[in-house]
Amino acid sequence: MKKLSILMAIALIPATLAIGCGGGGEEAAAPTQQADSAPAAAPQQAVTGGGAIAGNAKYVNGDPDAAIGMDADPVCASLHPGEVHTEKVVADDNGNLANVFVYVKSGLEGKSYPAPSSTHTLDQIGCQYKPHVSGMQVGQKLVIRNSDPTLHNVHAMPSVNKEFNQGQPFQGMELEHSFDQAEVMVPFKCDVHPWMSSFMAVLDHPFFGVSSEEGSFGIENLPAGTYVLEAWHEEFGTQTVEVTVADGETAQVSFDFSPGAVASAG
Amino acid sequence: MSRETPFLRGVHRLAAFLAGYVVLLITAGGLVKSLEAGLSVPDWPLSYGMLNPPRWWEIETVRAEHGHRLIAGTVLLLTLWLMIWIVRREPRKWVRGVAVVAFVAVLAQAALGGITVLFFLPTAISVSHAGLAQLFLCLLVVLAVVTSRRWVSEKGAGSPATSASRIVTLVTATTIAIYVQILLGAVMRHTGAGLAIPDFPLAFGGLIPPKLDFAIGIHFAHRMGALLVATLIFWSLGRVLRFASQERVLVIPASLLTLLVLVQGTLGGLVVLTGKAVLPNTLHVGGGALLLALSMMLTLMTRRLDWVARQQGVAPEVEVFETHRLEQAVS
Repeated sequence: MKKLSILMAIALIPATLAIGCGGGGEEAAAPTQQADSAPAAAPQQAVTGGGAIAGNAKYVNGDPDAAIGMDADPVCASLHPGEVHTEKVVADDNGNLANVFVYVKSGLEGKSYPAPSSTHTLDQIGCQYKPHVSGMQVGQKLVIRNSDPTLHNVHAMPSVNKEFNQGQPFQGMELEHSFDQAEVMVPFKCDVHPWMSSFMAVLDHPFFGVSSEEGSFGIENLPAGTYVLEAWHEEFGTQTVEVTVADGETAQVSFDFSPGAVASAG
Repeated sequence: MSRETPFLRGVHRLAAFLAGYVVLLITAGGLVKSLEAGLSVPDWPLSYGMLNPPRWWEIETVRAEHGHRLIAGTVLLLTLWLMIWIVRREPRKWVRGVAVVAFVAVLAQAALGGITVLFFLPTAISVSHAGLAQLFLCLLVVLAVVTSRRWVSEKGAGSPATSASRIVTLVTATTIAIYVQILLGAVMRHTGAGLAIPDFPLAFGGLIPPKLDFAIGIHFAHRMGALLVATLIFWSLGRVLRFASQERVLVIPASLLTLLVLVQGTLGGLVVLTGKAVLPNTLHVGGGALLLALSMMLTLMTRRLDWVARQQGVAPEVEVFETHRLEQAVS
């Protein structure tokens, strides 16, 4: 019996050590840096002149965005006294659809646009990624920040670029990354908090936008020409439309992801 | 040989405890997969760069993954202790060899666990991690059984009415079938095919799926494997009760196997019917490990009884009886 007790005690030593070693590393947190960011819109580019595209995205159905339970991490749950939603389908009563990524899919062949010097920021705040959908350019600096008083892992799962998974155990930590190939979309997830997801497009040009909560989006300083514009939504897939842009004018387009609806340009 | 082999109570108890602890470890690994928490701790061998990440006990996914690592670390240390103890005290060379192989296996298992995290859970590595875990468990069961008092004493000969030779092949085949079935289950889990057939006990409303792709195929193979394993276990119990009913060391594991395979089948059904709810999904993995351990124990003891009987020239009574009946029938 005595030997068995000794056996049990020794068996539990590693776990005891581990419990004793935890939680003492707050001082190891990286200092917070305020990066210049424009999360849900195209970064400022040295692109001037040309025309513009403006439009809106719709989804008329009335199904509410699903609620998230954050009980798996008490800190996350405490950050949201009210109900939290997935952000997968964010549409208002008028059917204006947010988080639709709109970009020039073709028509820019042969043209080169260098990466901007500004950084693109993906934040983890309230145990959700902000922005939920965004875009950046190949070679542009991406800063991923943990603004939460809990740990996160940042797991990017691209198909073309290199996958990575890095931990951010403390509030204020940041990591930097850049993608070297264009790809629509790069999904991000936090394996600690399975409800956390974000989608980031990486393009070799600056002509993209993300629909706001009013469903509107805009692309500016686009050289005159005819383009194929694609709208991407994480639940509803993609729609494309051909649009002609003239210098000094704004072409209007709309994307409707409601059942049976189609995209239009005019 | 058995007369000269001492009974090392401490070694036996440690090996038995460790085998049970590894069943817990495998179940904890099942929980990690059930929660899809394998990458919730992105680095290895440390966790978030430290021995113990902050608030790991409070966060469900990190608790599962980091807890799995803590249990695994404990198993590794205990296996090292067991190996050293056996190498120093155990006179049988082959048992010392098994202890060393077990320690090498747990090292390899740890490495596979690390690789699968660092390379984002490649299916081949994750399945290998699951498969090696079961082999490691088998090695510990071997050590626990062959260091038992029953194994090293003369009682291993069994009662005169025992005919272990009639059971050996069947229980060995059962153990192999359970291991293959666990591998099929691991492939199914790690390829996301757990709900490829959405209904239970039927498959798409019929006995056979109307179409077969990889996911449906591996899922259906696992279901057919379950039927085969259950049949072998029931058959084994019948043979044990018929040919070795006096041997509690065989009757008890065979009975437990029969009971457990029914529970395991129920859990498998619940996994499907609940859409892979965490609890039945995790217990199904632990149940598989327990089945394998019990079957391994039954196989070893059966082989031991058979071997000792052959060494001592004990005639298998039932065989003689059956031969006599056959001769009567012919005449």
